[in-house]
Amino acid sequence: MSYIITVAVNIAIFALLALSLNIITGYAGQSAMGHAAFFGIGAYTAALMTNAGISFWLSLPAAMLVTAAAGGLLGVISLRVRDDFLAITTIGINFVMVALFQNMKIFGASLGMSVTPPTFFGAKMTPMHFLVLLLILIVLTCLLTRKMTKSWFGLALASLRNDEGAAMSFGINVSQYKILAFILGTAIAGLTGAIYVHRMTFIFSSSFAFTVSISILSMVVVGGIGTIRGPLLGALILGAAPEVLRFAADYRMILYGGILVLMMRFQPQGLLGCDSFILRGLHKLFPKDKAGEMNG
Amino acid sequence: MLLQQIINGIIIGSVYALTAMGATLIYGIMRILDIANAGAYVVGAYIGYYIYITTGNLPLAFILSMGLTGTIGVLVHKCLYGPILAKPHILPIIPLITSVGLFTLTGDLVRLICGAGTKAYNAELGFGAVHLGNNIVIAPEWILILVLTAVLFLILWFILNKTTLGLAWKATAEEPEIARAVGINTNSATALSYIIGYGFAAAAGIMVGILYNSITPALGETPSYKMLAIIVLGGLGNPVGTVIAGLFVGLSETLISVYIGSFIPKDSIAFIVLVLILLIKPSGLVSKKLS
Repeated sequence: MSYIITVAVNIAIFALLALSLNIITGYAGQSAMGHAAFFGIGAYTAALMTNAGISFWLSLPAAMLVTAAAGGLLGVISLRVRDDFLAITTIGINFVMVALFQNMKIFGASLGMSVTPPTFFGAKMTPMHFLVLLLILIVLTCLLTRKMTKSWFGLALASLRNDEGAAMSFGINVSQYKILAFILGTAIAGLTGAIYVHRMTFIFSSSFAFTVSISILSMVVVGGIGTIRGPLLGALILGAAPEVLRFAADYRMILYGGILVLMMRFQPQGLLGCDSFILRGLHKLFPKDKAGEMNG
Repeated sequence: MLLQQIINGIIIGSVYALTAMGATLIYGIMRILDIANAGAYVVGAYIGYYIYITTGNLPLAFILSMGLTGTIGVLVHKCLYGPILAKPHILPIIPLITSVGLFTLTGDLVRLICGAGTKAYNAELGFGAVHLGNNIVIAPEWILILVLTAVLFLILWFILNKTTLGLAWKATAEEPEIARAVGINTNSATALSYIIGYGFAAAAGIMVGILYNSITPALGETPSYKMLAIIVLGGLGNPVGTVIAGLFVGLSETLISVYIGSFIPKDSIAFIVLVLILLIKPSGLVSKKLS
């Protein structure tokens, strides 16, 4: 049982990360390839705070704020550096952040950082507590994303994703919405990082490496970019894969790479994205089912 | 001492430039960032290694490995990137994720087939080190790398500037639609990018294997992202810019790690330079202009 909870906590962490990246990549259409850097900024901020004697519960909003500030900065950068250049800049930021985590004394350098496990009303938090906390946050994030897509903000994001020039010519303040999407997405990633470090009680810089960013992005894309159900499904499939495929541990990375390549080749909209083969099948079964949210 | 470090930096830089050239040529035509080019680097190093230990003929190892890896590149395009890019409304991030998947796949496939361990790359070069003055020694591997890189770049320069195929390449890179409209065979320009691109990566893989006297399946990890930094610094899709950027990164890495110290790991210097330069000049170090 405790094994299943551990795996579930892991999947829930990735689900939150995937949902948060989806706001930036899926809804705002920005090529962000270094999401793990923000996951890391949140984790290290929270670790520094609780090690200084501040409560875990206070460290969560603080980590969110710090990460959101960094994300806002990236948002400003994204106004100037675009598309492929932005993808590479974010990859670069990821590498630079990991290098900083790994080399600065304040972040424990190569030894990593440890924190004391947090308490909840005096009792030490169990993995079950973490799972409940994460599930609440996942539901909140889904609701927030849903509300966002139905709002003026969501419509503005859809317009800038589809045609930035046209959106601008209609008087939409593209810059403002882009930055806002970056702030929102990175803040949630920072919050997830803060929870992650207290769940693990120990972190290394390698937990926030570029490969982690790729994993998060893969979850969004495999599930279905620009939808809420997609990142959830992607996190579930790719998060559970290492456990389910344990018997084939030697072939894991091949399968992982192979799944990505095949998905992109034959189903780039993801398993549950707009007009995926699964949804088309469902439509035939239930003709009244509504189509995806990607067409904006 | 300084001169020795500069030579050192130039050697490393020319290998970087050679590795990144494939990604540059492919970006020039296809507008995709092909991280899987670093996979070609690993595959090429291994093919070259097996040919060398069976035949003992180094030039043959280079030529065959470049040819085979280049052919793999054309297949990758035919079966993967071509069909993906042909689809309407493709998100720009899709080909990038494809190439990451392909890179993961090839690295691990090499590990399964050839074993995870390090293999020694003992190449007999047939010539010794050159001594310049008192303190400067140029090792035979360095001479090989310098000469071969120069030859390969000269061949590339010749193809791009003196042949019809090169003209077709440049036209396609500049305006693919119009190039097709005036009857240029854009498919052969694309195939050229993959053959030369993956072939150069294979040559770079063998050179690095000889330089450090070892190859492992993880050989491609550092080049995979450093290559990206270099092609951006070189102005994305600009072959000349790539050579300059490769040398620039090789030199700055070597000189910074020797004279400024190891506060920051050597492999992230390229990215720090990149992020700084992109913030000042969002279109790269060398602005986009072909040939």
